[in-house]
Formats: sequence, C-alpha cells, structure tokens
Amino acid sequence: MIAALIFVIAVAGFLQFFVSYCRSLIAAYERVDLSEQAREVTGINERQVNGQDFARLLQLVRMCPEPGDDSREIGAVRTYFGLLSMARAAFHRIAPSLEKRMERERESCAYFAAVALDRRIAHSRGLIAAQLSNQ
Amino acid sequence: MLGPVDYVYWMLGAFLPATAVVCACKGRVFLRYLPLSLYMLVAALLTVGRFVIFWKYGFPSNEYRYFYFYSDALLTICMFFALMGLYSHVFREMGFNRHVRAGALLLLALTCWFTFQVVMNSSAKLLTKFVVELEQNLNFVGLVLTYLLWGAVMKMRETRTQVIQLVSALGVYFSAFAGNYALHNLAPGHSTVWTYLPQILALWLPLAWAHAFVKVPVEARIATIPIAATHGSSQ
Repeated sequence: MIAALIFVIAVAGFLQFFVSYCRSLIAAYERVDLSEQAREVTGINERQVNGQDFARLLQLVRMCPEPGDDSREIGAVRTYFGLLSMARAAFHRIAPSLEKRMERERESCAYFAAVALDRRIAHSRGLIAAQLSNQ
Repeated sequence: MLGPVDYVYWMLGAFLPATAVVCACKGRVFLRYLPLSLYMLVAALLTVGRFVIFWKYGFPSNEYRYFYFYSDALLTICMFFALMGLYSHVFREMGFNRHVRAGALLLLALTCWFTFQVVMNSSAKLLTKFVVELEQNLNFVGLVLTYLLWGAVMKMRETRTQVIQLVSALGVYFSAFAGNYALHNLAPGHSTVWTYLPQILALWLPLAWAHAFVKVPVEARIATIPIAATHGSSQ
C-alpha cells in the first residue's frame, strides 16, 4: 500500500519535473523568430505552428547536418511531444479543455522543431560557405 | 559475471559525471555551482574507485561490497550538499544563505541521529547498517527537499534558466529513483529490469546538468509561470 502510494507520488513528481524541464528548453526557443528561408522550407507563415507538423519538421531537421549541440534537447522535446500526444488522445473525450491545453503545448513543440531546423539550415549554409571558400 | 553492457554502463557512469565537470569548467560555472560540480567529480572518482576494487577483489568480495555501500553513502551526502547549494542559489537574493547552510547541517545531523536511533539495537555490523540506513534516509530527505525547493522556485518566481533546469533535472532524477524503488517493492521479480533501470536513470543527471552548465548562459532568464507544469498555456 505504502509502495503504491510512493509510486503514484513519484510518477506525479516525475511528470511535473519533466514537463517543467522540457518547457524550460522550449521557452528559450520561443523567443527566436524564424528566418525567411526557414519559413519557405517549412511553409510556416506566422509564429503559430500546427502541432501535427512536429513529425514533418523533425524529419526535415534530421535531413540537415548536425551542429552537434541540439540533439539532446531535440530528444527530450520529442519524448515530451510523445507524452503530450498520448495525454491528448486520453483526454479527447473526457476533458476537451485539457485537450486544448495539450494541443497548445504540441504547437510549442512544433515551433521548437521549426527553430531547430532554422538553426541547422544556418549551420549547413555556413558549412557550404566554408567549403566554397576553401576551393 | 558481468557482461559487456555492464561494462558500458560502468564506463558511462564515470565518463558522464566527468563530462559534467568539464562542462562546468567550460561554461565557467564550476565555482558558481561548486557543490554540484564537486558532487559530479566525486561521482566520477568513486565510479573509477569501484571499478578498481572490483578488478582487484572481484564482484562478490566483501571489499567490493563494503566499498560500494560506503561510497554510495558518501555520494548521497555530497548530493545532499549539492541540493543545499541549489537552495542557497534560490534564497541568495533574500539573504538567507547562512540560514540555509545552518539548516542543512542541522537537518544532516538530525538525519544521522534518527538513523542511529533506528540501528542502535543491532549489535553486529552497527556501522555498516548505519551507513546503509543513512543513505536511504538521506535519499528520502533529498526527495522531499527537492519538491520543497521546486515549490520555492515557483513561489518566488525564480527566473534564472540555469537554476530552473538544474532543479527540475534533479527533480526528475529523484522522482524516477523513488518510482523505481516503489515499483521494485510492488513487483519484486524481473531482476534484470531492477539491475539496469537505476543505472540508466543515474545517467540522466550528469547529462542534464552538463547541458545546463554549457548550453544555458548564466544570465539567461525565463518566466517561471509558463514553465510550471500546471500552467495552462505556454506564453
């Protein structure tokens, strides 16, 4: 009984801390505006990105060369997005207001992926420029 | 007999905390977060020490067993001071630094006294039982203190991204360990899971702290309300 209680509290605590950790990662990216080129590539016109675009954006991110400093952040946010998607599906019929909250979070994750893509595009351009200057 | 996976975990167990220390130096926050950096340094050194003892005396030896439990207790005490270091950071602006330090020492002394009261009737191997019991009690105190610290971070609207990430990473670590401990008691079988899961969980903290040390600038700020898990919208 006590072990079950500790388990429930621990899971609640884990989710609380993990969500906060991921939000702190995402919050740093939310202030960044997308470049014109990233908007063209992703087809995003405003700051608002649909949560469903996360997987597509992540695929584009994977196609770019890694700058070597964002893979852990992307991994954590991908896990967070998975948790959100599961929670959204679970709350779909029970609590529509909660489902909306989950969707807003998913949108933040998608914007995070868009900014990560933007950074990788800039990194790729830098690599190409360096290669051209060496030739 | 240990397999290649065990050796990989062992190596990562020494390598990742060492990386966190290097990241703290690289991010020029080694002294700023001295108790955290020292905890990582001690964790790396003790993991190497465990391997040396294992190599010399073997896994089922008393030497290894004693070294493991004593080093684990030492590590837990270091973790306690690392946690107090974070408390000190959160309460610094209020000028409660000295009170936090005094409170930490008092709490540590109280935990030791309580542990001694629990084990004092065991006539044989009193010190060993004390060390094992102390480690468990300090882990529990650490878990509660981390939850309280997070409450303070939210209440006081802490905005330093680095502090928020360090505290939330610690919260994830403690919660995962508490959950693992509870689940182990609920389902005592599946020994493979209970052998590897804590080792995997232990890798999280150095990774997350290394990221916070090197990637998050000291001056970076975020609003606390949007990152609270219970808050409705992100911005």
